[in-house]
Amino acid sequence: MPSSFVKILAFAGALGLAGLAGAPPAAAQDHKGEQLYPLFTYRTGPYAPSFIPFGAGNRDYLTYVNDVEGGVDGVKIFIQECETAYTIERGIECYERYKNGYDGALTAAIYPHSSGLDVALTDKARIDKVPIVSPGGGQNIATDGRIFPYQYPLMFDYWSEAQIVVDYIASKVGGYDKLKGVKIVTLYHDSGYGRDTIEPLGILSKKYGFEDIQIPVPHPGEQQQTQWQQIRRAQADWVFLRGWGVMTPVAIKTAARVGFPADHIIGDIWSGSEDDARPAGGAAKGYLAVSVFPPGTDYDILRTLKAKILDAGKSDLKDNTKFGTVYYNYGVIEAITFVEALHVGHRKFGNRPLAAEEGRWALENLDIDAKRIADLGAKGLISPLKTSPDNHKGETITAKVIQWDGAKWNTLTDWIKADTSLFADTIRAKAAAYAQEKGITPQTNTN
Amino acid sequence: MPQPADALLDDRPLRRIASPRVLLILLVLVIAFGVVPAIGNDYWLSSIVIPTIVMGLAGIGLNLLMGYTGLVSLGSAAFMSIGAFATYNLLLRVPVLPLPLVLVLAGLISAVAGVLFGLPSLRIKGFYLAASTLGAQFFFEWLFTNYNWFSHESQSLTISAPRLEAFGHDLSSATGRYLLVAVSAAVLIALAFAIIRSRVGREWMAIRDMDTAAAVIGIHVAGRKLLSYGISSFFCGIAGALWAFGYLGTADAHAFNLDKSFQVLFIVLIGGSATIFGNFLGAAFIVLMPIALDRIALATDLSALTDQGALANIQHIIFGVIIIVLLIKEPDGLASLLRRLVPPGTNPRRAGG
Repeated sequence: MPSSFVKILAFAGALGLAGLAGAPPAAAQDHKGEQLYPLFTYRTGPYAPSFIPFGAGNRDYLTYVNDVEGGVDGVKIFIQECETAYTIERGIECYERYKNGYDGALTAAIYPHSSGLDVALTDKARIDKVPIVSPGGGQNIATDGRIFPYQYPLMFDYWSEAQIVVDYIASKVGGYDKLKGVKIVTLYHDSGYGRDTIEPLGILSKKYGFEDIQIPVPHPGEQQQTQWQQIRRAQADWVFLRGWGVMTPVAIKTAARVGFPADHIIGDIWSGSEDDARPAGGAAKGYLAVSVFPPGTDYDILRTLKAKILDAGKSDLKDNTKFGTVYYNYGVIEAITFVEALHVGHRKFGNRPLAAEEGRWALENLDIDAKRIADLGAKGLISPLKTSPDNHKGETITAKVIQWDGAKWNTLTDWIKADTSLFADTIRAKAAAYAQEKGITPQTNTN
Repeated sequence: MPQPADALLDDRPLRRIASPRVLLILLVLVIAFGVVPAIGNDYWLSSIVIPTIVMGLAGIGLNLLMGYTGLVSLGSAAFMSIGAFATYNLLLRVPVLPLPLVLVLAGLISAVAGVLFGLPSLRIKGFYLAASTLGAQFFFEWLFTNYNWFSHESQSLTISAPRLEAFGHDLSSATGRYLLVAVSAAVLIALAFAIIRSRVGREWMAIRDMDTAAAVIGIHVAGRKLLSYGISSFFCGIAGALWAFGYLGTADAHAFNLDKSFQVLFIVLIGGSATIFGNFLGAAFIVLMPIALDRIALATDLSALTDQGALANIQHIIFGVIIIVLLIKEPDGLASLLRRLVPPGTNPRRAGG
């Protein structure tokens, strides 16, 4: 037994423990007076390619706010990255590390960047009273803020997405009354995420009379020959593609092989990035997708970021061709929601870092209206977002339809609004059932 | 397979009641139930101590099978998922049952599945057996993903912790969950020691060392092998329930995928085959090393030197290198390393080892 190895191991162990002992609460207070933004990253693991531009958009906007605007109302944002590798275990460690602030900086909210982690943190966040924010993802039932006071599934959900897809198809076939007999296939990733649109499409097909065909693809979806043969045999008119990762380009390519037109396939929001369409090559030309994060660089805020951050060499982006992609813009939009929440909080609590409970108040009273969006230079990039203690997602849920021209995405439509009243009762009932299962008393509105 | 030196020694009755050992156990209990809950903050308990203990328990489960009986399993996570889903459904559908009883029942359900998937071990060995246990891994992931009866018709297929209560106490706080995990661990560790020192444990070791000889001396090999699968799955099942509810707070079938099975396997290899406490060392290594590397990067401000993405990948490389070096230099695992590090005079086992 070489004793040197033992020594090295002991030394490394001691160093590691020393590092761990420095865990919160941190001894130093170097960042007192700053607002902590714990940036949960997955720069490693299978989903790293989508995070890299996403994280860059996120960081770049916050760098811009700090360096150019001097912080949010004068309060600097202190970014701390924590790598989760998209695993729940590592995510929980990151959450525990930063939930009470770090190095003097306060935590107002945590963006977990993973639907699974969002669910896993539900109970902990309620006990710790830390807001969990998931723009574009999150749990649909958490819209009901009375039962989920600390969850914020901002902006979007898959049920509304199903509705927007049907709405778009209706506009293409000449109105809702023409939907009768139209065959809409949902080709979904066979997971909780993928199955989430089965129920709303059932409701919609009853209402409009289209034929609702559901076809699952087992994870990861590298083989879809049988599914597409089935679609062909059913003589489907439209395919709603709810893919994830490799499943999406494989679907587009297989569709081309069986002769299904790409411009009759509508991808889900996680099937609508450049990395979903480009690998499918020429087969993807004409492919459609629902987008909450419109791609492109033709927005004032993007031009500002290009001039002040990218060109100044301050960007987190290594590959500048990713600038203005769906995921980059998603990062910018998410960072905007954080900064705007801080503005809202500052107006009530003063221009200082917000604690979690104050962050919660701010998130419940978000109001990014058309005027504010114009001031931000984000017209067309983000649609109005207004939350309330009862509604943690926002009153209007919208998305655009985009189309791949073989090289890049083009925006086809303006914001399509989902009719939130259609599913509201079902979602409330589900939230109530959850509350009962968990023994939660719905909060009465204290604001 | 390495010799289970400590396990053989443990059979000597004099050593078993030797006072240093009793003192050691008392010390561990005092630390576990007095010191840790008193000084541990939420961060330590929730993200370091709890996952280490739970993964250590899963490690014990696999070690009973692999280290003591010489059988293999690549399906540990499947049995963990059975424990988690069984606990969830029992708590939900039979609300009169108290949590401790539910955990035991979930373990037993998992044990039944373990016995079923252990049946091939009567006919096949080695790599072939590994492949058949892999079947359990795929089967249960498929089952829990495709039949959402198991997740109470949840669209997202996730199960979330029902109210954690035992004897009228709410256990949903970090300390509460720690106590739930620590008490379960204490009982299961005692059970594991009792089993490996019993006739069953000795027969397992005989089967591991040479099953033909074991059969010749009258050991009912088939029965003992199945028992080993059952008991192993019992431990894994309870570990799975604790993982889902004591640690994650939620779970779906994918939380118990093949990666998790491999993690349990690594815990056994790194901690040491045929040891009990070694599993906790292995679990600590698997759980803590990535966090420690991250912390070192943070403390030394390495992030200023290189970009975050490269740093994250470098950490993976370092972690991999440490595992490789450890397995080459310490094939008997951290348990045997620790035994050598403790000065001879204070180690009751040293003389025999």
